[in-house]
Amino acid sequence: MSLNNFSHELTLFQKIKNYDFILLFCILILGITSIFTMYSTDGGEVLFHTKSHFIKFSIFFPMMIVLSFINIKYWHAGSYLFYVLILGLLVWVALYGVTASGSRRWINLYFLNLQPSELMKIAVILCLAKFFHRIRTTSANSFTSILVSLTIIIIPSILVITQPDLGTAILISFSGLIILWFSGLRIKYFIYSFLIFITSLPFIISFLKPYQKLRILTFINPERDPLGSGYQIIQSKIAVGSGGITGKGFLKGTQSYLDFLPEKHTDFIFTLFSEEFGFVGSILLLLLYSIIIYRIIRAGLISRSFFSRLFCFGFSFAIFLYVATNISMVLGLLPTVGSPLPIMSYGGSSLLATMIGFSIVLSASINHRQNIS
Amino acid sequence: MFDESDNVRKINIINRRLFIITAAKILVFFGLTSRLFSLQVKQNNKYLTLSDKNRIRESKLHPVRGEFRDYFGNVIAGNNEVYQLHIIPEQVEDFRYITLRLKNILNLSEREFQKIHKKRKKIKGWETIVVSDNLTWEQFSKVNNYLHELIGVKTVLSISRIYPFNENYTHVLGYVSQANERDIIDNENIKEKFVPGIRVGKTGLEKTFENVLLGENDIQRFEVNAYGRKISQLNYQKGSKGQDLNLTIDTEIQKLCTELLKDKAGSICVMDIFSGEIIAMQSSPSFDPNLFLFGINQDDWQLIRNNPMKPLLNKTINGRYSPGSTIKPIVALSALENEVINPEFTVHCKGHKHPLELYGQTYHCWKKEGHGFVNLREGMKQSCDTYFYEISRRLGVDRLSETAKKFGLGEKVFGELFENEKKGLVPNTIWKKNALGQSWVLGETIITGIGQGFIQTTPIQLCLMTAQIANGGYKIYPKIVLNNDKQYLDKYKPLFKNSKNIKIIQKAMFSSTNEVRGTSYKSRIDDPKYQFAGKTGTAQVKRITEKDRELDLKTFEIPYEERDHALYVAFGPYKNPRYATSIIIEHGGSGGTTAAPIAKKLFKLIIDRHKLRQSVKEKKYLDI
Repeated sequence: MSLNNFSHELTLFQKIKNYDFILLFCILILGITSIFTMYSTDGGEVLFHTKSHFIKFSIFFPMMIVLSFINIKYWHAGSYLFYVLILGLLVWVALYGVTASGSRRWINLYFLNLQPSELMKIAVILCLAKFFHRIRTTSANSFTSILVSLTIIIIPSILVITQPDLGTAILISFSGLIILWFSGLRIKYFIYSFLIFITSLPFIISFLKPYQKLRILTFINPERDPLGSGYQIIQSKIAVGSGGITGKGFLKGTQSYLDFLPEKHTDFIFTLFSEEFGFVGSILLLLLYSIIIYRIIRAGLISRSFFSRLFCFGFSFAIFLYVATNISMVLGLLPTVGSPLPIMSYGGSSLLATMIGFSIVLSASINHRQNIS
Repeated sequence: MFDESDNVRKINIINRRLFIITAAKILVFFGLTSRLFSLQVKQNNKYLTLSDKNRIRESKLHPVRGEFRDYFGNVIAGNNEVYQLHIIPEQVEDFRYITLRLKNILNLSEREFQKIHKKRKKIKGWETIVVSDNLTWEQFSKVNNYLHELIGVKTVLSISRIYPFNENYTHVLGYVSQANERDIIDNENIKEKFVPGIRVGKTGLEKTFENVLLGENDIQRFEVNAYGRKISQLNYQKGSKGQDLNLTIDTEIQKLCTELLKDKAGSICVMDIFSGEIIAMQSSPSFDPNLFLFGINQDDWQLIRNNPMKPLLNKTINGRYSPGSTIKPIVALSALENEVINPEFTVHCKGHKHPLELYGQTYHCWKKEGHGFVNLREGMKQSCDTYFYEISRRLGVDRLSETAKKFGLGEKVFGELFENEKKGLVPNTIWKKNALGQSWVLGETIITGIGQGFIQTTPIQLCLMTAQIANGGYKIYPKIVLNNDKQYLDKYKPLFKNSKNIKIIQKAMFSSTNEVRGTSYKSRIDDPKYQFAGKTGTAQVKRITEKDRELDLKTFEIPYEERDHALYVAFGPYKNPRYATSIIIEHGGSGGTTAAPIAKKLFKLIIDRHKLRQSVKEKKYLDI
């Protein structure tokens, strides 16, 4: 077939010509920003978090570039395997995982505490992209395909919920569901399930753990317990609000260096950034994320294969989702669910997963003419 | 494998749905931006304030209290540097060991030791525990010897009240002690300036002038972290010392008063008859106010509290006494003013065999043999009761009370200056009707005429009364604080109808002290420089029965609580009066034998110091 003309191997020169340098550059900028922000969370000293984050980024960024030269078709070929592998790791975690602060999420790899649930966010997108890649529009709404795709989403979600880690489980489910959306699942199904979700909400809430109920109550009114469960969100809003237009200046965020901000390395890193760089800095950061999301979508749009397209759109939505939930959470627009800010937050597994995702996107843009049969 | 049309359809679906999702993304990012705008731009000020509130802690330091000085500028309530001992627990390696060492070095009691440990549990590691807020010199040097071994323990210089004249000024100044809950609730100013361990006035002028004396706190502003640990000092705002107050009192005379009242219960006060300045004012027994500074110990407190001579009572202004014969100048003056009698009016005092009889009641003169025929001058001189029974009977209680009130009886002398100043009581017919619901009887008028019965006065009132007679009958307002000059419209207003009457009374009082048969003749001073005029008084504590009269016991033969109060009021020098005094010795026997001799010693010093006082006064006016 004439289409096969494009399936031949590209030369290195062609690969570089196709390379999405804008995306690469944006990721690098974000990475550097994150290292400087981490430096600020350490109180202006190169301490554990700065060092560790710097080392991880310096390993994962080149790794991403190397991985991006793997042809997208190999990613396609290995999708199921990757998914099954990560699922296996999740089972492993459930059995032998490392427990910290009441939840069992990690595998101790000595140089890194790997959190497979973070990798599952990518795996579920990959797996479903491959699944819907070969399914026709007509059969996308068939009972079997819906059943299979939902199973792919639900199994890891349940494993993650039992860790317990509700936040990640929700993000995994949403990352999966968005592929279903793109693959043409009828809109009415989404509406029905949304209605079912709403009506069963009281029932679900009764199943929540007391601390989770408390979080929801705190979200509704943080002032009800300003020194307890409401403390994080109140202090976070104070930090952001006191930043003003131009911020308090690098290393001068009082809320952060006087330890008023909780979890400033991880979930609340945006708060610190926003306090020190103000409204202008925050908008620039949002803009950077917007460009990255746009470049991912673009990679999908120029891709020939549905697999690339589905993966890119799904991944772009996932990035958007992480950014939106994280920032909404620290601004008090959502209840506190543990969700890191991609690349910015401290955390090796999250960084690794994001970088793998980017390498697949970069690979898709290099091989955008590649057909996958 | 794929048919083209399905591919196109698939792409269409994907792109359409991408469009919807992208629109949603833009909407969400727009929402986040507007939220950021609202927090960081619109509500910036609110959150900036909250952030500063988080990180900035103010700590108030002890304000420096204003001092009291006497008329000559000597400090009578000052500020003293004291050494405190502090422990900062987090700097201590072994808290138990260190506190045990301190217990040995300072000889702390087991209770104090437990208190330190209890406190330790309440506070954070970097906060300070005050082990002792007043180290003696001995303790201080002992601790300093071991200080290099006691890491985390430090001696700190602090300021505390000191009363250098000990018991001399207790009743005038009161004392300061640690503020308690009541003090904070009652005084807004203390609440505002409160720091743990702050000393506030509990009684006397220390309490009255609390707001002026208190001063402004130094304020330290710190940046603190989320756990309350101080990170850095942002600024230091210097407060100001409280206002210093100068009293009108002369410490030398005050000290003499204390000495004269030694081992007695009673009061002396001395007043400038023109300016109303209190030269001395002492109530006895007194106590050392320094005992209260760091919390009085139980033994000392019980000793003061249970003393039958009532050291806690300021007898000069809070003690109510029957004036006895010291009221007689007023009774005589009232009779003259109301033209009931003239100075030559004569009464025959026949002694105990023929007492005055009214409605079956008998009224005796104090002198068994009687005084014979007495006129006003003789009546005052010998304090003839029969004479005063007669003139008060003619005068009536209402006219008497009018004059008495005019001269300051029955009314607070210092107004609101001292808490609990007593008004005393000047009875009249209306008062009795209102208070007791009974009609006045003539017999009550008779005994009021010799200062017994319902009538009650405070020593300071008697002093003011005497001063106003001495200055020629003009109204004055006593004052004790120099800087606190109020303007009174009726100051120096004449209190008499005819100034001749005042002169007659003055002369009568002169004869009482300086002429033979005068009741205080033995206490006279012949030197005109010191010569004074006075009136004795002996106030019965208990009714004299017929049996008592027959026994006619000497003072020392009567039980202490039943002995008469001895009173004496005087002014001098007679030729050119300047000072008035009132003396009361509780259960001292008769005024002539106990109280008047005190006046003799007192006037010597008062008049000797007059020149010095005058020179200071002139200098003060020059300064202005």
